[in-house]
This record gives sequence, structure tokens and C-alpha cells, in this order.
Amino acid sequence: MEKKRTAKIQSKSENDSPETAFWWWIIHKGTAASFICICLFAILVRVCVSLHPYSGAGTPPKYGDYEAQRHWMEITINLPVKEWYRNSTNNDLNYWGLDYPPLTAYQSYFHGLFLQYFDPKSVALHTSRGYESYLGKLLMRWTVLSSDAVIFFPAVLYFISVYYAGKSIRQKNDLAWHIAMILLNPCFLLIDHGHFQYNCISLGLTVAAVAAILSDRNVLGSVLFSLALNHKQMSAYFAPAFFSYLLGKCLRRGNPFLEVSKLGLAVLGTFAVIWWPYLYSAEASLEVLLRLAPFERGIYEDYVANFWCATSIIVKWKRLFTMPSLKLLSLAATISGCLPSMIQMAWLPRKQSFLYGLLNCALSFYLFSFQVHEKSVLLPLLPASLLASEEPFVFQWLTYNALLSMFPLLSRDKLVLPYIALYGLFFLLYHAPGGRRQKQEKWETRFLFSFSKSFLLACSLLLHVIYLTVTPPLKYPFLFEAVIMLLCFSQFLLIFLYTNRKQWTTSKLSPIAEDRKKHL
Amino acid sequence: MNHRKNHSKTTHHKPQIPAIPTEKSLPTSNHLHLVWFSLIASCIKLLVIPAYHSTDFEVHRNWLAITHSLPLSQWYSDETSQWTLDYPPFFAHFEHFLSLFASLVDPTMVHLTNGLDYKSHFTVLFQRISVILSDSVLFYGVYKVTRKLELKERYLIWVLLIWSPGLIIVDHLHFQYNGFLLGMLLLSLAALEDGKDLMGGFLFAVLLCFKHLFAVAAPIYFVYLFRHYCRGGLVRGFVKLVVMGSVVVTVFAAAYGPFVYHGQIQQVFRRMFPFGRGLCHAYWAPNFWVFYIILDKLLAFLLIKLGFNIQTPTASFTGGLVGDSSPFAVLPTITPSITLIMVLLAISPSLIKAWKDPKPRMITRWVAYSYTCGFLFGWHVHEKASLHFVIPLGIIALKSVEDAKHYFFLSIVSHYSLFPLLYEAQEYPIKVLLLILHAVLMWLGFSSYFCSANASADKGDDSSRSAAAGSKNSDFVIGWLGRLYLLGLLIVEIWGQFLHPIFLGNKLPFLPLMMISIYCSFGIMYSWIWQLTQILKSPSTL
Repeated sequence: MEKKRTAKIQSKSENDSPETAFWWWIIHKGTAASFICICLFAILVRVCVSLHPYSGAGTPPKYGDYEAQRHWMEITINLPVKEWYRNSTNNDLNYWGLDYPPLTAYQSYFHGLFLQYFDPKSVALHTSRGYESYLGKLLMRWTVLSSDAVIFFPAVLYFISVYYAGKSIRQKNDLAWHIAMILLNPCFLLIDHGHFQYNCISLGLTVAAVAAILSDRNVLGSVLFSLALNHKQMSAYFAPAFFSYLLGKCLRRGNPFLEVSKLGLAVLGTFAVIWWPYLYSAEASLEVLLRLAPFERGIYEDYVANFWCATSIIVKWKRLFTMPSLKLLSLAATISGCLPSMIQMAWLPRKQSFLYGLLNCALSFYLFSFQVHEKSVLLPLLPASLLASEEPFVFQWLTYNALLSMFPLLSRDKLVLPYIALYGLFFLLYHAPGGRRQKQEKWETRFLFSFSKSFLLACSLLLHVIYLTVTPPLKYPFLFEAVIMLLCFSQFLLIFLYTNRKQWTTSKLSPIAEDRKKHL
Repeated sequence: MNHRKNHSKTTHHKPQIPAIPTEKSLPTSNHLHLVWFSLIASCIKLLVIPAYHSTDFEVHRNWLAITHSLPLSQWYSDETSQWTLDYPPFFAHFEHFLSLFASLVDPTMVHLTNGLDYKSHFTVLFQRISVILSDSVLFYGVYKVTRKLELKERYLIWVLLIWSPGLIIVDHLHFQYNGFLLGMLLLSLAALEDGKDLMGGFLFAVLLCFKHLFAVAAPIYFVYLFRHYCRGGLVRGFVKLVVMGSVVVTVFAAAYGPFVYHGQIQQVFRRMFPFGRGLCHAYWAPNFWVFYIILDKLLAFLLIKLGFNIQTPTASFTGGLVGDSSPFAVLPTITPSITLIMVLLAISPSLIKAWKDPKPRMITRWVAYSYTCGFLFGWHVHEKASLHFVIPLGIIALKSVEDAKHYFFLSIVSHYSLFPLLYEAQEYPIKVLLLILHAVLMWLGFSSYFCSANASADKGDDSSRSAAAGSKNSDFVIGWLGRLYLLGLLIVEIWGQFLHPIFLGNKLPFLPLMMISIYCSFGIMYSWIWQLTQILKSPSTL
């Protein structure tokens, strides 16, 4: 609704020329106001999404992610810290054993206490397995909501204030639109508040780390990113970007060694604090570490739109290679995918290229790394949304395809209705009247481009309908999943190539201008 | 300070901005904007489909079943379910129309007996989506009513009406079809404001055959149309009266004729006017009768203290079961005819004004005022009925800064009084967020609008807007009394939700609801008095 305001304001400014300056003034003065409105609206949408079913609702014996998170709360509040990651009679690791780093465990502990206070039955040891109730669902949903509001929202505010600091008023016009794009991204909403996960915490910490680094608070940034890593190991998708950008920055300082060791100490210190309960012996820490790396699950899961799954139609990777060699292969592919952007960042660490670097590294991980899940597409989506005002098309395209790639998963969760509503909402907000100053697109082949864009979008919509209504042929029960996967993979790959190229070209163009700005 | 600086900047920059094609040439783009506003609202409405719905959901499902399974002659006599059909015939036809599609979606939904309390996934989806789609009438009405306003006003009014939290709470959570009915009311008002009296009268007659609760405005419609439409000499006036009369009679004949033919007409009216239901609803709508009840209770309490022997009635208002027996201990019992007389008395000032000087631009105010009176003094009023005047008042909220202040205040109070409709924990954040968001948007919109009005007045370059900002010199500021009242609202809510369970536990379970009713009725009373003074003040002085 907030958006409505800006939209209203800006569409007025377009049509109502005498008032143009006036509306400008509102936006200029009302950054806080528009942020409050967008936040309220974003929370409202989240609450509405959380009315819908969560993953594995009413499907014993394993249920889904909701049950996993609830089970972790049950384990953490009933067992001593040392036993959280250890198989025992009280903690059967085969039943949703804790496999996220300790920060997640602490978060589960605190949320567990909250649940225990209001609904003790929902987190009772053993007896609460598969516990589902009106109140239990509500309390669990509220833990996600509060985490989102307490971590992700302030982080986005921090990022926006850093990102738009020192930009002209004209550029600030996009501000409200940009906030809405980050806060109302349908993928984040559907996975966290529909499917049920706590990505908002690790993603929020990452955004805060990015903002800190963009405002040259490198130590703070490193600490925040270490926290993100310790909440979800998946945040490692961003690690190469952080590493090479910070390295590049340190190397350009007067005393590189001192700078690097400062950051290294900050990271190590954060890790030490978080891992403290497991540092008493190497064995204990190894035990936890092993839980975090579930290599036994195979190179890809379901029909994830990445390189291994897409090419497995032609090359049967799982049959041709053993597990260890596959690990090596995927590691090599991932690193070589990240390498160009890492080199660029270490070479010329520019603020803009850092965001591109984050996107490229995350995409490279998503496309080439071992054991990728559909939901991992949230990670490349985050830097893309941070870049939304710069690269609106990439962001929009990535979002549409990410949504499509998660559609089979979400329709299994019975989240088709919120999927449609959020798809629509995203489309509307993206094209909000006057929400964003349309930039002159420089496409020479503009017609061809917009034609292929609409064609692909139509295909994707058609695929949704087909997936929902048509029963696949008996011989190929996963035919539609495979088609969706291939379509998404091709788009992701194109985006990956484009943003890599963009990272190199922008950095080549901008250094002089940016240096000059710095000197001023 | 800041202001001034920006104004100067404005003027300074002005020459540099090339003349962008102005508002005269924008119809297409503007339709799209309205569609955009509506679709955003529809997305939210889609998202709340699985939320709580009241028994009204089953009521409307049952009406689908009745109209689908039975011939017209039995629609109003069927008693299979306790939720008998009690809306006028056009609404029954509307349900019949919906049931054609409903039977395709899920045949059990429209089955008279098997469908009782039937809530399959597709039933919920179908009924909810039917409400969302029927809202397009509302959107069209909003478009019609705002199409001649200038852009700024238009956008703000869209925010007030299309994103009205009240409509979302009542229609899309609680479950009813007020959106399209109010849309028809807006269409009728738009026609009257344009001087298309015949169309306005026709639409209002149709509306009455959809939901008779709108009849409270019938007197003002009658007086207005009689004086405004039927003028121009005795003969011409008479001809016009006949034309208008025959239009209205045709509409009513189309609605009720078939039932007269089947000999069902008495049964229809018995259903439509169930006066056995009692003065107040289980949850008291925040109206005048709340004070009456409270006064009665206080008097009874005092007299008992003083040693009089007073029989306290068994049918307590707070129990929810309201029977026929007199619920008052001391004060005289209120009958439907008393409420009718009171409503008519309350409306009469606007009738007199309309008789003396039937001005098209006052009609919205008069109609809204009538519904306010009906709400305050009516028989068995639902809190939902506050939408009947909050929505029309939204159209004129930007006429002056006083109107805006009043609307800001009234809108918050009346929407807050809807809160008890959604009593489950799951929807609690939704209703709170809806109201806060609405309040914030209103505040931002009004304050910037009246700032800009002042600004352009200062510049002296507004030829296009004259009446739009009547009081140009005042900014949108809520006085200390208003702030105090709104703060009190917050306290009432915090008490009811959090402190009451802590301090009193399960004792006095009705107290929080009673507090909301009493507190909100002060606000609505204030709004009534304010509207009355506006009406008394305006036409004759101008």
C-alpha cells in the first residue's frame, strides 16, 4: 500500500506537471514515511501469506521443513548444548537432525522458549513429533515474522540508506520502488512465510554485511557475514565475493597485511564465539562440521535448474562418476564460474562491481555446485534485488524464472494461491505507474528483445497452467518438471553470462568517474 | 521553514520543466491507474482467502443452494437451514446467477441438504472469488464518482475507497457482498451529481431491491428527486414525476412481481423485516442505544443501592441471546416504531435542506448523513453498517480540510469498531496492520494534499481549482482532543487484548467488547453532530 502512495505521488508528478516539484519534495522529505508505509504493507502481505499451509502440513511420517524447524526447537530447549548435534536416544539424527550451523541452533533455542511459554505441548521432548495445531502454527509463523521484521527489514533500511547516500534527487526517485522490490520479493515471501524457513535471518545478515562494506566498515561487514554463514552454511555462496572484494580493498590500502589480519581476526573471533560450546575438543567440532555437509544426498536434488541436473538428460553424471570425483568436478566448475568475477573484484574493487560480484558468485554456486536445492535460488536473487534499480530487467527476469523454478515445489506445498497472488503483486509493483523512472533502453534490437521476452513469459505462464492441469504421460512422469527446469536453466545461464560481462564492462568504464568522485 | 524553501524551489524550477501533456488528455492512462489500484487490492484479497470467515459464509452458500435447487416460489419459504433467505429478490437472483457457476465448480455446494456447512476447498475458493469479482462494480462506481475530479484528489480518493480496510475486513474476511452494493450506491450518487436524476433514481431503486438496509436514504432520495428532477412548472413537473415513478415502480415490480404472482409476497416481507430480533445485536454496534442501555443499567444499579426493588431482566444484552422480552430494567422499552421515528426525526434537517435547495453537490453529504442516522438510531443495527456512510463520505473527504479531519477521525473509529468481527488470533495482525496502514496513508495523503493546496494558493496560480480547497489557510492537523481520543482507542484495545486477561482473567468476558462499543459510539456520535452542523450550515448560507 505504501507503494500505492509513491505510485500515486509519482503518477501525479507525471501527469500533473505543476505539481511535479511538490511531489518531489514529498519523496525527498518522506523517505522515512515511505519506508514505514512499505514496511507495514510488506508485513501485511507476509501475515496474509502465512495464513496458507506450510510444507508438509498433515503429511506424516516425515512432514516437512516446518516440522524440521519445530523439531530443532524441541531438541535445543530440552537437551544440553553438547548433545544438539550428537545422535542419541533423545536425539535421533535421522529424524530431521540438526544440520545447520550453531547460530540456527541458538535461534531455535530462543524461538523454542517462546513456543514453550505459550504452547508447551508443541515443543515437548519426543511427544511433540508431528505436532500440528492452530496455535502451534500461529506461534511458529510469528517467529518467522518477527525475525523478518527484526533482522531483514532494518538491514534493508541500512542498505538503502548507504546505497542512496550521495545520490541525486532524481536517482532517489527510485528509492521507494527499490525498497518495495527488495521487501516484497515473492520468492522470499513464499519460502519463508509459506513453505516455512528462516532465510530472512541469514539473508538479512548478508544484506547488512553488504551495507556495512559499502559504507567502508569492513570489520563490521566481516562480522555480520560470519554471522550469516553461521546461520546457514548456504551463505557460502557469497563467500568468494566477500573474500575477493575485501582482499582487493585491503591490497590497495597502505598496509595490506595489517588490514587482512584485522578482518581475519574479526572472522575468527566471531566463529570462535559462536562455536564456543563445541571447541572443547576437535572431535566435538568435527561432529558438528560433518552434520553441516550432507554429501550423501547426491549432486542435485529433484529437478533443480542447474547445470548438473540440466545436462544429466544427456550425460548421466551419477552413473559415470563416483561421488568423490563428482565432488571434485563440481568444486572445480564452481570455482571456475566464480573466478572471473573474483579476479575483477580483487583487481578493481568498486562498490558497484561488488554487487555484481555477489550476484555472479551466487549464480555460479547455484549453477555448478554440489547438492543444490531449488530454494537456493534465493541466494542469487538477493544481490539481484539489491541491484534492482541498476539492472531492473535482470532482477525482474531472475525473479520470474526463480518463481517458475520453484513452482513444482510450491505446488506440492499447496501454495499455488499465494503464488498467483504474489506473482501478480510483484508484476504490479514492478510496473507501478510512475514507480520508477523509465530509463532509455539501449537495445538496438529492442523489438526482437521485447518479442522474445513476451514469448518466454507466455511460455512460462503456459507451463504453469500445463503443470497444474495436465497429467504427464506415464512413461515420463516428471516431463513437465524437466521442461520447467530446462527453461529456467537456460535463462539463469544467460543472466549469468550477461552479468559477468556487465561486471567487467562497468568496472572498466567507471573507475575514472568514481575516483574523481572520491577525490571530491 | 522547510516548506517555504521548497516552494521557492518549485517556482524556480518551473520554467525548466517542459510542459508535459496535462490532465485533459489522460483518460486511458488513468483507467490503467485505477485498474492498477484495484488489482493491488485484489491480490491482497486473494491472499486472505484461507482466513477466518463468519457464519455469513454458510448463509450465502445456503442461498446459493436455495436459489439453485428450488423454484422461485419457494425461495422465501424454505427452512432447511436456519440461515433463511432474508435479502430482497434481486440479491436472490444474484445468488441464483452465481449458483449456475457454482454447480459447475462443485455440485455439492449447491445441494440443499448435503451442502449444509459444506466447506470444500473449491467452495471457499468459489465464494471468495465471487466476492472479489463482484467488487468490480465498486471499482466502476469509484471511477464514475471521481472521474471529474482533478488528479490528486482522484488518487487520494482511490486510496480511501479501493483500499478501504473496512471493505476488506467485512467482505473478504468476515464474508459479505457489500463491495458491489456500495459500488451501485456510488454509481447512483455519481449520476445524481451529474444531473442524471432518472439514472440515479433507477440505480437506487435497483439497489434497494438488492439490499433493503439501504432504504434509510430513501426519504432523502425522494425529497431530492421530487424537488430537483420534477421541477419546471406544474405540468412538466407532473410528467417527470410520472416518469420517475414509473421507473421506480417498474424496478420494484420486476423484483417483487413474481412473488406477488406466486402469492409469496407476505412471506417475503416477513423474512426481510424480522423485528423479533431485538434492539441490539449480540455485539452492540457503537450507536445511540449503547448509551441508553448503559443509562438503564446505571439507573437500575443506583435504585437497587437506594433500596428499590428492581427486577433485573434475564435476557441480558451481554449474553448474546436477545429475545422479545423487555431487556430494560428502568427505562421504557424501545420498539421498532420508536427507532423509526427517531431516525426520521434525525434525518429531517437534511430533508428540509434538500426541499429548500436541492443541490447536486450536496447529495452525497445528505445520503451519508442519512445512513449515519440510520446507524445511530436504527433497530438491530450491525456494526458493518458503518460502511454505508464511511464509503460515501470518502468521496467528499477532500472538499475541505475540515472534511478531511472529520473523515480521518471517523474512518479510524468506524474501522476500529469492526475489530470484534475478527476475534481469532490468526487475523489479529491483519486487522491491526490494515487499520494502521490506512491511518498512515490517510495522514500522509491529507497532510500533503492540504499542504499543496496551500502552496498553490500562495503561488496564486491555481485557476483550475477553486472549490477543491475551500479553506486554504489551514493545514491538516489533528487537534489535541482528537489525538487524545485516538490515544484512548489504543488504550481500549490494549486493555481488551492484553491487560484484561492478565488482571481479570475470565471474569467479565463482555467488558472488552462493551468498552469498544461505548468508546466508539462517542466517536460516531461526534461524527453525526459534525455532519449535522455541516448540513445546517452549508446550503442556506451560500
